[in-house]
Amino acid sequence: MARRARPRLAVWKFASCDGCQLTLLDCEDELLSLARQLDIAYFAEASRRMLRGPYDLSLVEGSITTPADAERVQRVRHLSRHLVTIGACATAGGIQALRNFADVREFAAAVYPNPEYVKTLATSTPISAHVPVDFELRGCPIDKGQLLEVIKAFLIGRKPAIPGHSVCHECKLRSTVCVMVARGTPCLGPVTQTGCGAICPAYGRGCYGCFGPAETPNTAAIAREFFSLGMTERDIGRVFRTFNSAAEAFRKESEAHGE
Amino acid sequence: MANRTIRVDYIARVEGESSLELHVRNGAVDAVRLSIFEPPRFFEALLRGRGYEEVLDIVARICGICPIAYQMSGVHAVENALGIKVDPPIRALRRLFYCGEWIQSHALHIVMLHAPDFLGYPDAIAMAREHGDAVERALALKKRGNELIRLLGGREIHPINVRIGGFYRVPSRAELAPVAEALKHARDQAIDTLRWAAGFPFPECVRDYEFVALRHPDEYPMNEGRIVSSAGLDIAAADYETEFIERQVPHSTALHSVMKQRGTYLVGPMARYALNRDRLPAEIRALADEVGLEPVCRNPFRSILVRALEVVYACDEALRLIAAYEPLPRPLIPPEPCAAVGYACTEAPRGILYHRYNLDRGGTILEARLVPPTAQNQSVIEEDVRDLANAALDLEDEALQAHCEQSIRNHDPCISCAAHFLKLQVRRE
Repeated sequence: MARRARPRLAVWKFASCDGCQLTLLDCEDELLSLARQLDIAYFAEASRRMLRGPYDLSLVEGSITTPADAERVQRVRHLSRHLVTIGACATAGGIQALRNFADVREFAAAVYPNPEYVKTLATSTPISAHVPVDFELRGCPIDKGQLLEVIKAFLIGRKPAIPGHSVCHECKLRSTVCVMVARGTPCLGPVTQTGCGAICPAYGRGCYGCFGPAETPNTAAIAREFFSLGMTERDIGRVFRTFNSAAEAFRKESEAHGE
Repeated sequence: MANRTIRVDYIARVEGESSLELHVRNGAVDAVRLSIFEPPRFFEALLRGRGYEEVLDIVARICGICPIAYQMSGVHAVENALGIKVDPPIRALRRLFYCGEWIQSHALHIVMLHAPDFLGYPDAIAMAREHGDAVERALALKKRGNELIRLLGGREIHPINVRIGGFYRVPSRAELAPVAEALKHARDQAIDTLRWAAGFPFPECVRDYEFVALRHPDEYPMNEGRIVSSAGLDIAAADYETEFIERQVPHSTALHSVMKQRGTYLVGPMARYALNRDRLPAEIRALADEVGLEPVCRNPFRSILVRALEVVYACDEALRLIAAYEPLPRPLIPPEPCAAVGYACTEAPRGILYHRYNLDRGGTILEARLVPPTAQNQSVIEEDVRDLANAALDLEDEALQAHCEQSIRNHDPCISCAAHFLKLQVRRE
């Protein structure tokens, strides 16, 4: 029987911690069968074999922070039939986007003795600020099950079934008692997209927003609630400014609070 | 063949972005350039102004492969600043957590990143076609390390459960029971993996390293101990910055961490094992003898055996800690912020990881200093490549390139970790 060529997968890295691409290697039970169904044509963290494009599906990790990467992402887009960003860096700038609220030259000087050698952009921006993106998978890090769902969906040409609702729904499904209502613990769950499995409330702490804003998040209302729970304006500003600080809803809310 | 250039634009099977250039002139290696083009993310800068209670969530994001190492150095440095000494059960639970990371990170390196070099495959997936059992076994082992992390940390990557002063939630004995069952299998898989790796063809090689690792009065080191070396260094973590500095090397784009007294040194499994073999239980030492792992291993290619041995040890140690575990009456010592400086050094899978935090009286970070293992090993890696390439110049370019790459992967470098302070320059001609 003639075999159709397997779809070709590529995995790319920009400014990031490698954790989202590691999620693919953390699919210990699925990895070998996945590698039979598709041709892992470019995945530098895992293989010396680096095949030239084009690729059917590119998974892109990391944000754009250097002039060279701003050019490289154009080439990646050009070589990819579908481009999916994986993780908070690629979809919302990542923790390194905190430079967007500061002076990057001062940041460089704080870390490097010769900051003038560091070639860096003033901002850390998501991939979608540079090229069209076919799907954005959230999370810091992404969820393994969601990653497999996205890969499967693109392989058979359907839309990935990734819910956009808030972490609160997930807590209800897990029967986790609300940490904010029951214990007065500030929690970003009501404005954060689900996907992690609502881990933090299940461990007795408030959600800290690593999947970014949910659909239609009422960040102003949650900020008022945090204030009434005793948080300072400065602390409220900071909770919206972590791993998804370049996501519009979180950025705006963080700017409404300050010192 | 007298003059030639070997260039690897993107070194595969390491975490992060780097390239290698080797110039051979008149039959000898003239220059080695390991360039890091991983973009800097400025962690030391962005930590300033954040609260002490935010440290662990932020520093985890330096590395997706070893986030627990960052959380362990971070939590102990902040607790050192705030004068918190956690209860023994909390200490034991953190050691158990670290065992999970050693298992998953080492298993990843052994099978996915390093073993393909010895057996001549581009990656573990290609290797699995002929060594399916070994790859599946190591993946299962990695999975069991991850299961332990998931229980104690909430998730494998960027776990959420450690906090300054303790944990948010501690597991019950019933929750740990199935993990212990799985770890018993993992232990067997780890021993099989060690025996499998012991059969690899190892290039002859003896390097003269100064080993640096932690040393604890009775334990194989993880979260606690003095910083010692094979040349007699013996200091507390708080004295790290008086003995070690970062130096800018003219030919390199990177800052290298060196010892003020003697320069280049090696951290990681080979150093830990050489300096702490006597802290391993007798069964583990017997296993080392069985596979022919010498008490002080100076052949970097054989580091894979030390990693495999440490995985067996981490399984054993995890089982011991679980057997002794009693749920805690008090999983938290409430922190009281104060103006102070705190230091800690712990043993990440890749070697010692140093953190310092200067806090103001409200607990806000004024200054942070982080020195990851790969920054410390970078000089050794370049020296290894230079010397090993010199001894292998009769190889064809392609084989020589593979040999150079392997000598880099011997040290499991994590470029993502190192890059937040490494100099950045893309050198492509």
